[in-house]
Parts: sequence; C-alpha cells; structure tokens
Amino acid sequence: MTATITPYRPPQQAGRDGFAQLLHAEWTKFRTLRGWVIAVVIATLLIGGVGVLLPRGGCPGGGGGCVVPHVPIGPGGAAVNDSYSLAGQPLPGDGSITARVTSLTGLIAPDQNFVGPNGPSNTLSPGLVPWAKAGIIITASTRPGSAYAAMMVTGSHGVRMQYDYTSDIAGLPGSLSVASPRWLRLTRSGDVITGYDSADGRHWTEVGTATLAGLTGTVRAGMFATSPLNFTPNFPTYGEPGGSVSDSVATGAFADADLRGGTPGGRWTGQQVGAEDANYNGAPPSGLGFRQAGGRFRVTGSGDIGPVVAGGVNTNYVTGTIEDHMFGVFIGLLIMIVIAAMFITVEYRRGLIATTLAASPRRGRMLAAKAVVIGLVTFVLGSAAVAVCVIAGSQITHAAGTYVLPVSWLTEARVILGTGAMLAVASALALGIGTVLRRSVVAVAAVIVAIVLPYIIGVTGILSATASEWVLRVTPAAGFAIEQSVPQYQQVLGHYGPPDYFALGPWSGLAVLCAYAAVALGLATWLLRRRDAGGAA
Amino acid sequence: MPATSEIPSVDGMEATIEVTGLRKRFGSTLALDGMSFIVKPGQVTGFVGPNGAGKSTTMRAILGLDAPDQGSALISGQPYPKLRRPLSHIGAMLDAAALQPGRTARNHLLWLAHSQGLSGRRVDEVIERAGLTSAARRKAGGFSLGMRQRLGIAAAMLGDPPVLMFDEPFNGMDPEGIIWMRGYLRSLAADGRAVLVSSHLMSELEDAADHLVVAGRGKVIADTSVAELIAAASGDRVTLRTGSRSEVMTVLAHAGATVAATGRDTLAVSGLTAEQVVARLGESGVGFSEISAHRATLEEAYMELTRDAVEFRAEPAEEEVR
Repeated sequence: MTATITPYRPPQQAGRDGFAQLLHAEWTKFRTLRGWVIAVVIATLLIGGVGVLLPRGGCPGGGGGCVVPHVPIGPGGAAVNDSYSLAGQPLPGDGSITARVTSLTGLIAPDQNFVGPNGPSNTLSPGLVPWAKAGIIITASTRPGSAYAAMMVTGSHGVRMQYDYTSDIAGLPGSLSVASPRWLRLTRSGDVITGYDSADGRHWTEVGTATLAGLTGTVRAGMFATSPLNFTPNFPTYGEPGGSVSDSVATGAFADADLRGGTPGGRWTGQQVGAEDANYNGAPPSGLGFRQAGGRFRVTGSGDIGPVVAGGVNTNYVTGTIEDHMFGVFIGLLIMIVIAAMFITVEYRRGLIATTLAASPRRGRMLAAKAVVIGLVTFVLGSAAVAVCVIAGSQITHAAGTYVLPVSWLTEARVILGTGAMLAVASALALGIGTVLRRSVVAVAAVIVAIVLPYIIGVTGILSATASEWVLRVTPAAGFAIEQSVPQYQQVLGHYGPPDYFALGPWSGLAVLCAYAAVALGLATWLLRRRDAGGAA
Repeated sequence: MPATSEIPSVDGMEATIEVTGLRKRFGSTLALDGMSFIVKPGQVTGFVGPNGAGKSTTMRAILGLDAPDQGSALISGQPYPKLRRPLSHIGAMLDAAALQPGRTARNHLLWLAHSQGLSGRRVDEVIERAGLTSAARRKAGGFSLGMRQRLGIAAAMLGDPPVLMFDEPFNGMDPEGIIWMRGYLRSLAADGRAVLVSSHLMSELEDAADHLVVAGRGKVIADTSVAELIAAASGDRVTLRTGSRSEVMTVLAHAGATVAATGRDTLAVSGLTAEQVVARLGESGVGFSEISAHRATLEEAYMELTRDAVEFRAEPAEEEVR
C-alpha cells in the first residue's frame, strides 16, 4: 500500500513577528498577574501617600505661628538674600566705578545651636566669616532681587566677581592687608558690566564680563559691605541639617573712590539695601552703615548678596524644597525593584522561561522587551506619584509656614520625570540582576544590596561623611541625585548633604545608575544567549 | 507502512523534524550520544525509551533551548532560532507544569499569542479545541496535571503549526483523557501534520503511533514502523492444552520448535505458527484439547528492544566497582 500524504498547510495568518509583538506579550504577562499589578499600585500609592500624609519640614513650634516671608527672587528665578550696606550714587548711562579696598574686618557672634531662626546675640568678637564681602557694585536698583554685578574682597576667598546672585568668578587670590590692598573696577557699557582687579592700581586684569538683563537707564553704583551668617556644618544626618550658626558683621575700608559717568558733583549716600535684620537679629552694633572721612570711607554691613540654599542655614526663615515630600520614592523603589527582579526569576522558578524562549528564540530581544515593559510601568506610575509629591507636597509645605525654594518649571519637570526615569532604570538594573542570578531570593537580596543599602548608608551617614559621599557617587544609589532641585553654590556655605544635595549633579547621578543598568543587562543578555534555558542549578 | 521516498514540503520547505548526530554532555553525564532521526508529516511518530534515554533533552535541543555540543536539529529545514514566528512552524509541549500559578489559562495563552502577533480570538479557538472552555478563566495553579496537559496542547496549537511535538502528553491523564489524546494525535496526523510524541510507556502509544523511534542511552536503538516492530518481535508463541504432554513435546521439538511446560497439561511453543503446530500434531496423530496463538504486544516488543539498553547501562558501574 502506498500512502499519499498531503502535508498540512496552515491557512494564512495575519500574525507578525517583531519587537512590538514581544512588548505586547510581556505587557500581557505583566498585567495578567494580579499580585504584580497590586504591588506596583501599592508602590505608587506609597510614594504619593507618604509624600502627602507625612510632610517633612514645616515651621518649628507649630504651623500657626509661622508666616511665609516675602523672599526676593533674583533675575534667574532663584530665591536670594539681598541685604547689604551701600554707599552709592546714580549712574545714568555708561561709565565706571573704581575704588581701593584697604581693609576688611569683621565681628562674629558666639556660636549657637541652630534650631531655625537664629536667636539674638549681642556679644561679638573680632573675626571674618569666609564669605564676608566688601567692594564695589553696579545694581539696577536698590530693590532686593535686582540685577547687579560686583567686584569684592572676601574673608578668605580672595577677590571675586559676582553677579545676579548665582554667578561667581575668582579674581586675585590672597588676603587683604594694609601692605597689600586691592583695587577694584567695574565698567558699564549698556547692560554689559566688566570687572577688573589690580594689586597696584596701575596693572589691571579683567576678571569677567556679565550681561545683565534689565540693566537699563539710570542704575546705582557704589561701595558695599555685607557678611553672611557664620555657619559651621556638623556631620550631616538625614533631614537634619546639623551645624552652628551665628551672626556676623563686616566692615570694608575704601579709598580713592572714583565714579566716571555719574552726576557731576554727586555725593556718596549711605543706604541699607534689603531688610536690616535679614541675617542680623540682634541689636545692631553701633556703626552699621556708611561713614566718610575726607577721601576715606567705611561701609559696615550684615547680610548677603547671593542665593538662598536649602536647609535654612543662610536665612532667618524656614526653607523647604520641592523634593521634601519625596521620601516615599525610596519605599516605592524598594517594591518596584523586587517586582522587576521577579519579572524574570519567577519564569526560571516555574520553568516558564522555556516557553518564553521557545516563543522568542532571539533571547536578547525578549530581555529588551521585558526591560522596556517594566521600565515603562515604573516610569509612568513613578512619575505620576512624584508629581503628586511635588505639587501637593509644595502646597502642604507652604501652608505649614515653610518657604519652598522656587525652581523653574523645567527643573520641576526634571525632578518629576527624572525620578520616574530613575525608578525605571533601577527596575531595568534589577531585571538584569534577576536574569543573571535566576533565583528570586538571591536576586531580590542582590538588588537590595546594590541599590537600597547604599542609599541608606548614603543619606543616613551611618558610616562617615566621606563614605556617604562616595557611596552616593559610585553605587547605583547615585541615581537619587536626580531628585535634587536646587543647586549647590561654592560661594555660599551650606549643608550640602542628602536629601537636598547629592555629591553628584542630577544627570551625572542618573548616568551612574544607567551605567550599572547597562552593564547588568549586557551581562544578562550574554549569559541568556550562552546558557541553556533552564533554571539555576 | 512503506517509507515515503520523498518528504513532502510546505511552501518549499519540508514539514519535518530532522535530528542529526546530536551530542550533549551535562557534566559527567553523556545525555545525547549521536541521536538521529526524522519525523515525517502525516503520521504520529512515537519517541519512546526508558527514563534518561535522552528524549526530553532531544526535544529541548529541537526547540533551541539547550545547545547541543554537536549535531543539528532542523524544523522544516531550518534551525529553530532562525524561525520567524516560531509557533507557526512548530508547536510544542515540553513541561505541562511550566505555568505561572496565578495566571488564568486564557491569559497564559494570550501572552503567548501576542508574542506571535496572534489575537485573542485564536486563543479562544484553541481553548475550545482542547476542551478547556469551562476552565479558561480559572487560575492555572489549580489545574490537575491532565488539565495542564490540555492547556499545553492548546498552547502548541496556537500558531496552527505543521509540526507538533509533545513530551509525555499522557502523564497524569485519566483513561478518558488518554483515549481523547490518542484520537487528537491521530487527527493531527490526519491533517497532514508531522507529530512527535514521547513516552516512557509504549502501551500509551498503542493505537496512536504509526512510526516509532526507540531511544536508549542517548541514541536511537530502533527507527521503524509499528507494524514492522511487532512482526520482528520474537514474542510470538502458541499455547497448547493436551493430555499427552511428552508426545507433543517430542513431535514439536523434532519439528524445530522450542517447547516449554507451563503447567500440568499446558505447553508454550515458540518457533512454529499455530497452523504449523496443528499440522504436525495431526500428522503424528497426537491429540490436544485447546490451542491459542499469542501475538506479541507493542509493549513486549519494546521491552525486548530496550532490555539491552537498560542492562548495558548497568555495566560500567559494575566495572568501576571491580
């Protein structure tokens, strides 16, 4: 007998085989396991819920007694301190101001433990804080927050050119003495200000040039002095900017003041710019202000011209940041990375990995699809939850009498979407680790050790400050840097530690986390292709 | 059934599984030692052998899950990793227990369908054909092994493939399920599909397989049609009831048969057919009261074939002891 075999011809099917299909499959896998969906929803609710229900910060001694102050905003949009003593004249158009600073002296109040707005202190002893400053300034107006540029001698950072509160350029180094005075000059051409310094009044060096928006018409030029709070940071701990703060006063002595382009016969007029007690709460010592004796001038001031930094160490009001309510991100991350690791390890546990790899023999693409799915889920949910923390949290903080440091909408978007991205990249890293290790328990332990543990070490500072800094630089926990909304300033003493500040900048920190995720996923892909599709031995 | 001289093809490709010289070592264990066979379309090929013969490893190599050290496995002429939308070329069920317990049967099939660009409608079709409609929205964790087998078969059928492969599909099935499965396998072959079914129990394949690949110790011991295997088995014998036992023994031994007494008045004769026994005894005038021919079962034929493989397996261990 001869059998005639008609081979099976499947009817034409409309199916497609591409990355989109793999994404669809992995998404279906994810959404059809109720436990996973519940877990990521809980993570999302925790991020938002902790942010809204457990506010940090707030006014010491209860919210009712605190009033959010009116804080000057600089040209760049940042909250600024702008209080100093000025001896000024109008400058109607282009011109220049030159002066010789012959001495910079100061007084510092005794240390007191910082517990918020600094209390009164009356006994001052001689001394200069590092960023005490005296010099010459051209400012659009004497309204706090105006555009300005200044050349100054500082307590221990030599000559600087500073403008518009956040910019700082170093000039001549070294400290000032009678034998070694400093000549300073600012020239105005329209809205462009150029700063020069000189050690002898003959040889001038250009320090920097600034174009100041809004510097039109008659501006004010003069000599100024001011001195910020004396801040000594302690060992930082999470959410507790430790350190001691005390008042200070600085006096600059000037000679040979020369204004070109000013009103003929104009006189130097003393003026306090900004709140007199911006930094100085005690009874002002005699001499605060401006004195002239012949061609010599003394300007004594207290305060600062510069940005407000987080932690309330250079303000007499309590500050907060938009990320103050993001503590829950850490808990949400913990849940999300566990789910991400288990997204693949349960497949090894159940033997389902064989079905998955039979459906998708191109193994790298399968892993990529998994990473995209878990990444998108955590990004979307995480960003939404962080948006609640930032927007609702800022209002809660404000209502509690705390001044929330303003940031641009771009920065706000970066904090929200960047934190979502951080959660997504951390999940991809966890997925990679899960693929390499294949066992749920081992993989979950590994991702916690890799991401969560360094973060705890970093922000609590349970080791040392140096260890914390390095941990937040070189471990995947560096990714948390994306949360910081206000920058650090070298020209302002501050409590530059977590959670407001990280050792790395926002994007650098996220890049470190991305590098870890790339290495983990690369190793995972290599092993996935090389190994037989079975569970761990 | 005669061997087909030419393997039919689908779209210019052979709808087959071709395994050639597979070798695979796991540590000190040689799991595959030159496994070679071809699974042809339009028939059910049984893949039998004792546990540890290398059946599952071969199937995993066919699906590209385990990489062989040597040799190749081709599906319709292509290695598995080269297949686009692989589930439309070959459907397989290797481990019916490989399920996420918290996911429903339908959702399990749904993600698999989505991976091939197939829709939920196709999922409902295969669920119906596998007889799982009533359980489709229940979590797979609560399924009996028999139901998991049906779910695995539904998954294999998603892509409506011309080649199918099932590893121990009868495991955990009740008698009703076994009968259903046999009919299902035959219907797949009747469609013109190539079907490979493994089992460690030959009896399960009775009435289901057309062709047999018998494996032992990582290679093929026999590759034959079911009819040929049974015919070749030496298990044919004739049992005889007689009052004159010694005379019968003398006559039949003289005729070249092997005769053994199995009771006070019963004898087992091998080497002669029943017709030959009747003729010889009639010629010699020796009487008997009852005669029956016993045809070898597939099971007996298989046991005979694999006995060597199983015994041979024990030898190296004994040598090591010495």
